[in-house]
Amino acid sequence: MRGIFPKNLSGRGMLSALLACLALAATPALADSLMPAARYAHTQLADPAQERQAKALMETVRCLVCQGQSIADSDAEMAGDMRALIRQRIEAGETPDQIRDWLVARYGNWVTYDPPLEPVTWPLWAAPVLLVALGVWLARKRFRRRRG
Amino acid sequence: MSRRLILWAPLAVFAVFLAVFAVSLYSPSQRTVPSRLIGQPVPEFRLDPALGGRPGLSSETLRRGQPRLVNIFASWCIPCRAEAAQLDALARRGIPIDGIAVRDRPEDLAAFLRAYGDPFATIGADNDRQVQLALGSAGVPETFIVDGNGIIRHQHIGAINPQDVPALAAAWEAAR
Repeated sequence: MRGIFPKNLSGRGMLSALLACLALAATPALADSLMPAARYAHTQLADPAQERQAKALMETVRCLVCQGQSIADSDAEMAGDMRALIRQRIEAGETPDQIRDWLVARYGNWVTYDPPLEPVTWPLWAAPVLLVALGVWLARKRFRRRRG
Repeated sequence: MSRRLILWAPLAVFAVFLAVFAVSLYSPSQRTVPSRLIGQPVPEFRLDPALGGRPGLSSETLRRGQPRLVNIFASWCIPCRAEAAQLDALARRGIPIDGIAVRDRPEDLAAFLRAYGDPFATIGADNDRQVQLALGSAGVPETFIVDGNGIIRHQHIGAINPQDVPALAAAWEAAR
């Protein structure tokens, strides 16, 4: 906040600060449509088991326009439409894996926070195991030396 | 000697880590999300007309032997206004253009076309973004070139600027 509001606001400073705030407030409005949100953007499925499945999948799908958030966390209109898509497909009987594959086929593994095991991603899984093994090996050497 | 080197190894690893961190911190993050459907058939879809008295758009329209340009746009999208002149220029070159109007109300859409021009042969109403998502598009405006067999050949992300027109026209020619 200190960066936005200078300590002593002159009339002009106040006006430009106010305009900056208005501009900030106006930006999301321009990026969204005037249409109401999709039916299932903010409405849960009637079946609690299906809703649990849908929610779990939403938490692992990346919002396309906000990029650092899952669609479960994002308030972007696009995220709402993606939640609606997932709920509709779950309701129609598709499995979460099928829907994830459908999204990955369109947007790549980038779209999921649960990336599959691949040549590019295997170090993510292997590195912790290798590091623990290295640690055990080093510790063993140390302990042996002390005993001897 | 080798013992000495091993002592320095953790610091070296840390330096590498720091370098990777600094480089990724200052390099711009990925902003555009390209569709993975380039080279693949257009997913099946059927969109109702976005305006009364005008044809809607279905995937079948995109398999009629002639390549077409599919523009995903909206009246509420500011960059779409900026690219309207370029779409007109492409239409004047004889390129058929189909529109997918994302979350648009007919009255807003009609006003948009009156104000910024109407190069569209068909306009489908994608009210829940389901077709946009099916195409692997991540925003408006985006433009796809689909060949006469319904295969997606090219994707242009963001507004079409005047300097992009020759490349898009060439991509359309290449799809013939």
